Amino acid sequence: MGSLHNYLMIASVLFSLGIFAVMTRRNGIAVLMGVELILNAANLNFIAFARFGGMNISGHIFALFVIIMAAAEAAVALAIIINLYNNFKSVNVDEARQLKQ
Amino acid sequence: MNIFIEYAIWIYLLPFVAFVINIFFGKRLPRQGDWVSVGAVLISLALSVAMFVGMLLNYDPDFTQEISFSWISLGSFNVSLGFLVDNITITMLLVVSLISSMSHIFSLKYMEGDVRYSRYYAYLSLFTFSMNGIVVANNLMLLYMSWELVGLSSYLLIGHWYEKKSASDAGMKAFLTNRVGDIGFFIGIMLLFTAIGSVAYTDIFAGVANGKVVGSFLGLSILTWAGIGLFMGAMGKSAQFPLHIWLPDAMEGPTPVSALMHAATMVAAGVFMMVRLFPIISPDALIFVAYIGGITAIFASLIAITQNDIKKVLAYSTVSQLGYMIMSVGTGAYVAAFFHLMIHAAFKANLFYGSGSVIHSMHHALHKKHDHDTDPQDMRNMGGFKNKMPITYWSMLASTLAISGIPLFSGFLSKDAILAGTLSFASHHPQHFLLPIFGFGAALITAFYMFRLIFMTFHNEPKRPDLYEDIHESPLEMTFPLVLLGALSFFIFYTIPYFNPFSDQGWFTQMIQAKTSLVAGAPTAHEIADGIHHSHVTAMILSLLVAATGILLAWQMYYKRNLSAESWANKMGVLYNLSLNKFYVDELYERFIYNPFYKLAGAVAHLDWDLYDKYVIDGFGKVTNWISKISGITDYDGLDQGIVDGFGRVAQQFGYRLKGLQTGRLQNYILFAAVGMLLIIIIQTII
Repeated sequence: MGSLHNYLMIASVLFSLGIFAVMTRRNGIAVLMGVELILNAANLNFIAFARFGGMNISGHIFALFVIIMAAAEAAVALAIIINLYNNFKSVNVDEARQLKQ
Repeated sequence: MNIFIEYAIWIYLLPFVAFVINIFFGKRLPRQGDWVSVGAVLISLALSVAMFVGMLLNYDPDFTQEISFSWISLGSFNVSLGFLVDNITITMLLVVSLISSMSHIFSLKYMEGDVRYSRYYAYLSLFTFSMNGIVVANNLMLLYMSWELVGLSSYLLIGHWYEKKSASDAGMKAFLTNRVGDIGFFIGIMLLFTAIGSVAYTDIFAGVANGKVVGSFLGLSILTWAGIGLFMGAMGKSAQFPLHIWLPDAMEGPTPVSALMHAATMVAAGVFMMVRLFPIISPDALIFVAYIGGITAIFASLIAITQNDIKKVLAYSTVSQLGYMIMSVGTGAYVAAFFHLMIHAAFKANLFYGSGSVIHSMHHALHKKHDHDTDPQDMRNMGGFKNKMPITYWSMLASTLAISGIPLFSGFLSKDAILAGTLSFASHHPQHFLLPIFGFGAALITAFYMFRLIFMTFHNEPKRPDLYEDIHESPLEMTFPLVLLGALSFFIFYTIPYFNPFSDQGWFTQMIQAKTSLVAGAPTAHEIADGIHHSHVTAMILSLLVAATGILLAWQMYYKRNLSAESWANKMGVLYNLSLNKFYVDELYERFIYNPFYKLAGAVAHLDWDLYDKYVIDGFGKVTNWISKISGITDYDGLDQGIVDGFGRVAQQFGYRLKGLQTGRLQNYILFAAVGMLLIIIIQTII
């Protein structure tokens, strides 16, 4: 307990789960939650490297920035999903494929 | 600027202004713009008279005024134009302006209602302008340009009624025949220009006097060749044998134009040029000039005997009189030639106006009878007009007496001077005995045919009594020139202040004095004048004799009818036919010049069209056609279809294949990105 390796393992599992959620969920909200998982995996890495890898305080600062950015991103993404719903009466991301000719 | 020069420039330019106005706006002006031309020429006449009076007041034989300005200046090559006014210029300007204004006035009635009335007046003005250019020029370049303008305007006026084929042909004939002479003229100018380097008279005269013109060609000196070249121009313009053929045909033009052309403008140009340039013509060239003139004088008068067209008789008479003047230049008596030119201008213009008046009234009489087949110019239809047209008759009679050389009339003075010149020339050079024979022979024949004209037209009983009652005297516009010019046929106007009808002493001989030739070895003016003086009495007696003989013959044949003209014609046989057919000169030209030339042109055309065009030019075409076909195949089938279209097809195929990847599902794209990422990581790990 307490080695960098373990934290990285957990972070990569978290990341893979996030990717999986983004790729497989049809529901836009679920996709967004997958994105949150990926961001948190990254945050975990920053903190782990701050503690063991020598990034020190800048790791913490980066993690804080990511949290702030995630909040902003969630606000924009939710706005997109509301627009999606207004246009298609559904939050299913597969419906939004009109760019394909 | 000197007042004389200023007047001369005005006289020169006014008719040109009238020409420009009439050619562009004539039709829109009241009276179709005739008053513009008439006004311009009348102002010219007034200025000429003023200059003439000024000359008499000056009474200076050596009076000369000159002005010149640079025209072309290219490095060392300089041509300057300018005007020269001396007594010859002043006298000639008066002659041109006088005859030209008479023509303008005469035409007011004669050309009334013509289809191209305003254009006719524009061309008359152009003609006057061109002739004045020849008179006032101080260099050969301006002379040559005006010379060509005279040719052009004569062409336009002779062909004025160009709907008539004969008229347009006559215009062309005049122009082309003149071109033949003009080529010689231009060669002459260029010979002098290359030797001396200037075209101004003063430079040329000085150059010849200093012997700058050197070298020889075919045994004659270059100066002689230049003289002959210049004379060729005079041969064309002044209708000398063998280039005389255009002048009788030029009768197709309106009669006032004939009068103008025969008296003051066109034909006078050649003689005037010879008078101007006399001091630089070499003695060898002068002999050529004298013989051409003598042959022309006798030859044309022989033709005039048998012509029946009243204007044709006058035309050949003009050719003959011009021959006189040219012969006189050739014998060195060039002042006599100029004297005759001036006197001839007055009486010949008058004779033409007289004939115009007769034709005009014949024309109207025929028109009234609805007779359109009879020729109004044929003297065989006239006779007895004396009582119906008294003004025309008396005025023409005065001029006829003048041309025949009868004392008290003007022609006697100048003819006498010319004949004395030939006699004196022949007495110094006995091998040229033919020249006086030509001269006196022509004088005899001239008296004969001119009185033949008078008797046939005005005397005896009318030959067409049906027309006779409709013959009337012409209106005032036409009789005024007749009266004025008829009066000028009397000697008195030329001998003022002396009143001796047997001597040409007067203002003319005192104002215009012969210059000595500048060519080395030529006789001086004094020698020539001496010779003329010695031959004067002999010449006078002889010329009176021949004139009287000629008139008596005509009297017997055409008035008294004691001698039958028909039986004489039969007796003469061949000679009569030769004269009637103008010595077949036109036919000879046709046979020996035109036809061979046509054949040569035909042969060249054949060579050009059938050989060169068909094989060489068309061959190039065929080869080009063949090459472009191959090139077309390569370009279209090879390059376009294979390479250019190939690129397109390849791109299209790629696009078509890759289209399937674009599903539109976001998650597919993320999958591709993730798989791609994994692949990169795997590849990096392996390598």
